[in-house]
Amino acid sequence: MKIVIGTGSCGIAAGANKVQVAFDAIIAEKGLDLRVEKTGCIGTCYLEPIVDVVDDGGKKITFVNVTTDDTRRIIEDYIMGENELKELQISESDITMIGKQKRIVLRNSGLINPERIEDYLAVDGYLAAKKCLTEMTPEEIIETVEIAGLKGRGGAGFPTWFKWDAAKKSPGKTKYMVCNADEGDPGAFMDRSVLESDPHALIEGMLIGAKAIGANEGIIYVRAEYPLAIVRLQNAIDQAREKGFLGHNLFETGFDFDLRIKAGAGAFVCGEETALIASLEGERGMPRLKPPFPAQKGYWNKPTNINNVETFANVPWIFRNGGDAYAALGTKESKGTKVFALTGKIKKGGLVEIPMGLTLKDTIFDIGGGIKEDKAFKAVQMGGPSGGCIPASLLDTKIDYAEITKTGAIMGSGGMVVMDETTCMVDMARFFLDFTCNESCGKCTYCRVGTTRMLEILNRITQGEGRDGDIERLEELCYKIKDGSMCGLGQTAPNPILTTIKYFRNEYEDHIYHKKCTAKSCKPLLIYTIDKEKCVGCGACKKNCPVDAITGEKKKVHEINQDICIKCGKCFSVCKFDSVIID
Amino acid sequence: MSHETREHHHEHGCGCGCQGERANPFAELSPILDHYADIPGSLITILQKAQELYGFLSVELMRYIALETHTSIAKVYGVATFYTQFRFKPVGKYLVMLCQGTACHVNGSKLVEEAVMDFLEIKEGETTADGLFTLNNVACLGCCSLSPVMMINDDTYGQLTKDKAIHILAELKEVASNETAGLATIEQEVIT
Repeated sequence: MKIVIGTGSCGIAAGANKVQVAFDAIIAEKGLDLRVEKTGCIGTCYLEPIVDVVDDGGKKITFVNVTTDDTRRIIEDYIMGENELKELQISESDITMIGKQKRIVLRNSGLINPERIEDYLAVDGYLAAKKCLTEMTPEEIIETVEIAGLKGRGGAGFPTWFKWDAAKKSPGKTKYMVCNADEGDPGAFMDRSVLESDPHALIEGMLIGAKAIGANEGIIYVRAEYPLAIVRLQNAIDQAREKGFLGHNLFETGFDFDLRIKAGAGAFVCGEETALIASLEGERGMPRLKPPFPAQKGYWNKPTNINNVETFANVPWIFRNGGDAYAALGTKESKGTKVFALTGKIKKGGLVEIPMGLTLKDTIFDIGGGIKEDKAFKAVQMGGPSGGCIPASLLDTKIDYAEITKTGAIMGSGGMVVMDETTCMVDMARFFLDFTCNESCGKCTYCRVGTTRMLEILNRITQGEGRDGDIERLEELCYKIKDGSMCGLGQTAPNPILTTIKYFRNEYEDHIYHKKCTAKSCKPLLIYTIDKEKCVGCGACKKNCPVDAITGEKKKVHEINQDICIKCGKCFSVCKFDSVIID
Repeated sequence: MSHETREHHHEHGCGCGCQGERANPFAELSPILDHYADIPGSLITILQKAQELYGFLSVELMRYIALETHTSIAKVYGVATFYTQFRFKPVGKYLVMLCQGTACHVNGSKLVEEAVMDFLEIKEGETTADGLFTLNNVACLGCCSLSPVMMINDDTYGQLTKDKAIHILAELKEVASNETAGLATIEQEVIT
């Protein structure tokens, strides 16, 4: 019998390490013959820490939201006793959430120990690589990926086979296979999860790609903000090298391939291929004009192919199950599955992998369980700073590259941030512009100055200083920035503004003309008053008001002087009687 | 007084800030510089290792790296300031990184930030007077389903509320004050 603990970053943040220490202590105290093992993230982050108890027959019972106090009960009552501890076990509806998915990229996540290559080998790991290296020609490999219809999962959705083919056909002996693991899109974390939970899937995918294009050297560009991912990946690379899956003369075919990690230093624009290459070369990560494409002139001017983590993680499955099996999933134009990070105001936040073609509604309500506190759904943000907000009226949109693009958002890397009635859409646009304005590399004037000007306008609007003509001015800037920027960052930076104006123009108008934020989120537009019925005169608000705007005697109704009030919200947060009203 | 390091002669006015008077202040960096000397494109990696060693990149340190790697100080500074990971001021014992990603924003990271700033009495990017805490906003820590999130040194804390965030900081503060108190006692014992 063994105990398996989910120790992805989410699990650890929820207390998985403490749970592990507690288990170890109890096992030592009782002298039990029990192994405690690690696994990655199963995706149901809202249930972390998750603990599986697996008996010798392989039967698995999952306990969720385990605290250190629960560990003793699990050992004494469940493992040593007869109590099933139903109240700690995963519920039926949560099992359904996992059951409704189709897991290809996440096939091993949360099931195997990411720190042991033996676990990966036990689930047929590296068999696909062996097949590709020993039995297939580069042309056949590329053809299989073409049949599968795999598209780049990093955002742009470019056909993977096409890139591989271009790099393969590019003349030159030295070629590079690069993995973009610089997951910069705020709100997306599937790449981190794959790196932490199933690093060998990425290595195997890269190895197959390397064989296809003829690269002998690979580089994985990982965000420095993912320390655990870097540790597990390095460990996996070392083990793969030891077992002969990386290095010289792999599978005795004469083919050499080795991998190294390069830690990124934090720049969103490095998601752009040419910027990423500049960063790999130790320079400022600024994009350059294409062509030449990286497939012709990339890292150190050699042919280079760049794919993202999720794309590579699909590859081994495709070769074990066939390109047709992959293409059988999804829609006509978008094949296979896509991993989404469901976050924001959603009940069951986490990572879900679903076949393309499911609707947004299915994903958010069926799988994600709907909106927190059953509030009203307002919009879902897809594609991060390059994407847009999709309103409730379009919830039946299918998840498909073309369909999502039609709404004004993009598929992106798979962030789905769900928003309810308390989220202000103007503030959302301001939030993303604040991000892109910071992350603009500064090369193109339209992107550098344009995003700054747009942010200034949005700041004004959310502070109650919007002017007539602001919406039109924003739209004009948006189109000019799209046209005047060289790389994807600038070209897509206006999307959050354009989609919110398109679907939530009334909110912009409320802010500008009526000085009102219906979501009650933009503080300068709010008016704080005290409910005469509820106020007991405790004086907490008066004491905490930083500008002495509140008057009133003890045990009598207090009042806020609107001329002095700076709308900091202190009174609202300290009032224990809900008597401060925001309007 | 002058001395040699890897390809650089230190003396008064040599440009690396040592004035030739002190022993090489960045001697610990030498093995790293040696290791990466022949690997092109290693500037970012060298800067990362340097920051790991010294906590932040001072002008002197960047000037030294420029000299040792035969690059201009402008390039080193240009690369360092391009990336958010690099810091140019000393940081406190605890580096508090408040996630400002989309999910955190939607779930109220601003409120947490305000509470933390009130509690520590500093603004974003500053360090407390006692040198314990530095507060930084970061783009996304990738723990979106536990938002709002913050990371203190290597530990991640999720599902924050104003109270929870302050509680965590207060605990760290207490641990630190106990440590110094402990040190004081040890010192006293030594004296007596």
